[in-house]
Amino acid sequence: MIRLIEDNDPSSFELLKALYPHSGKAFIIGITGSPGVGKSTLIDALIFEFRKLEMKVGVIAVDPTSPYSGGAILGDRLRMQRHATDDGVFIRSMASRGQKGGLSRATKDAAIVLDAMGHDIIIIETVGAGQGEFDIAHLAHSTGIVSIPGTGDGIQAVKAGILETGDIFIVNKSDKPDAEASVFQLDMMIGMRRPLEGGWTPKVLKTQALDGTGVEILAKTFLSHFDFMKKQGLMDQKRKKLEHLYFQSLLTDLTLEKILLFMNDSKVFREALNNIESRKTDPITAAQHVVNKICVLGSND
Amino acid sequence: MKTKNKIRVLIAKPGLDGHDKGAKIVALALRDAGMEVIYSGLHQTLDQIIQTATQEAVDVIGLSIMSGAHLPICEKLIAMMKAQGLDDIRLTIGGVIPHQDIPKLKQMGVVAVFPGGTSFEDITAGMNSLFE
Repeated sequence: MIRLIEDNDPSSFELLKALYPHSGKAFIIGITGSPGVGKSTLIDALIFEFRKLEMKVGVIAVDPTSPYSGGAILGDRLRMQRHATDDGVFIRSMASRGQKGGLSRATKDAAIVLDAMGHDIIIIETVGAGQGEFDIAHLAHSTGIVSIPGTGDGIQAVKAGILETGDIFIVNKSDKPDAEASVFQLDMMIGMRRPLEGGWTPKVLKTQALDGTGVEILAKTFLSHFDFMKKQGLMDQKRKKLEHLYFQSLLTDLTLEKILLFMNDSKVFREALNNIESRKTDPITAAQHVVNKICVLGSND
Repeated sequence: MKTKNKIRVLIAKPGLDGHDKGAKIVALALRDAGMEVIYSGLHQTLDQIIQTATQEAVDVIGLSIMSGAHLPICEKLIAMMKAQGLDDIRLTIGGVIPHQDIPKLKQMGVVAVFPGGTSFEDITAGMNSLFE
C-alpha cells in the first residue's frame, strides 16, 4: 500500500480514504538531527523499550534521494534489523524523492497507513528539522532532536529555530567528553526561550544508543509528554493542527497536478512561453495571465 | 510487466558470510543508476530477509553470497517466498558463484546471476531489464 502511495498511483487515494477513519490513535514521534548522531541506533533502542511495554511500533525512516541519479541508499533500517522478524514492529524506509526537508506528503500518508494498521507508536526518522512545507513538527506529536557532544549542535539548534520545535533534546553518545557541557548548553538555551502555551518544558536527556543507556527513560519521557498533552487538552489541538496542515498540502498537491496537466497540452501555456521568449511580455504578467485562465476554466467544471 | 516508477532493491547478506564490501559497492552503483536500495546488513536469517523484503515492498532481492552456500540458500529462500506468495519479488544473486552453478540457480527461479567480476553497467542493465 505504501508503495502505491510513494509511486503516486491514483488508487492510493481511495486506499487512504478508506484507511483514514481508522487512523488517529497512534502517538507519532519525530526523531531528527544531523547525520551520524545515532538516530537509527537510538530508534532501534526505543523500539526495544516500547516493545517491552507491549506497544506495537511502526517506523518510517527517510533518507535523501540523490539529486543527480534519483536513486537512494536507504540505510537506516540496518541499525534496526534485530526487530525484523517481530510482528509488532513494521519498518519502512522511504527516499525523500526530491523533497527538500526530506519529508513529504507521502511520509504523512505512510504514517496514516501504519496508524490504521494498529500501531501504538509511529516513529518518523529524518535528517534536519527542515524549513520546507513539511517539517517534522507538521507530522509528529512529539519531536526529539538528537545531537552529540562536541559538535556545537546546540548553537546550531538555536540558529535554525529548531529550539522552538523540539520537545525532547537528546544528547547521544553521552560517554564522549563534553557531554555534560552539551547538556548544560541546551539547558541554558531552553531556559531562555519563551514558555510555550500549555507549558511543556522541553527536557534534555543523555543517551548511549549503542548499549541502551538512558533509552528507557527517554521512552518513558516521550510517553509522559503524550500523557501531558492529553491531560492539558493539547492533543486535540495538535491533531487539529496536523490535520489542517495535511489538508493544505493535499490541496496544494492536487492543484499542482491539475496545473501540470493543463500545462502539458495547453495553447494558452505555450503562447505564454512564446511571449516570454520573444519578450512580448514578462514572466510575471504571463504567469498571472495563465493562472487567471486556469481559474476561469476551473470554475466552468 | 509494468515499468516501475523507482526500482526498490534489497541487498541482503544471508548467513555467516562476513564480507560485504562488494555488496556495499553494488548498492552504490544501483543508487547511481536511480534505484532505491535497502541494505540489510550482515548475518541475516532468511526470515529476516523475507520480512524486510515484504515490509519494504521491494521489487528485487539481491542476495550477496561469498560463502559458497548459494545453492542451498537460494533453494530455501525460494521455497519460503513461494509459501508466502511473494511472486512479484524477483530474486537475483551476486558474489562468489561458479559458472557451472548458474543454470541450476536459474532453474530454481533466480532470475539473474552476477558473479564476481560482472561490471556495474551489466549489473545495472541486468536489473533494469527485469522490468521492461
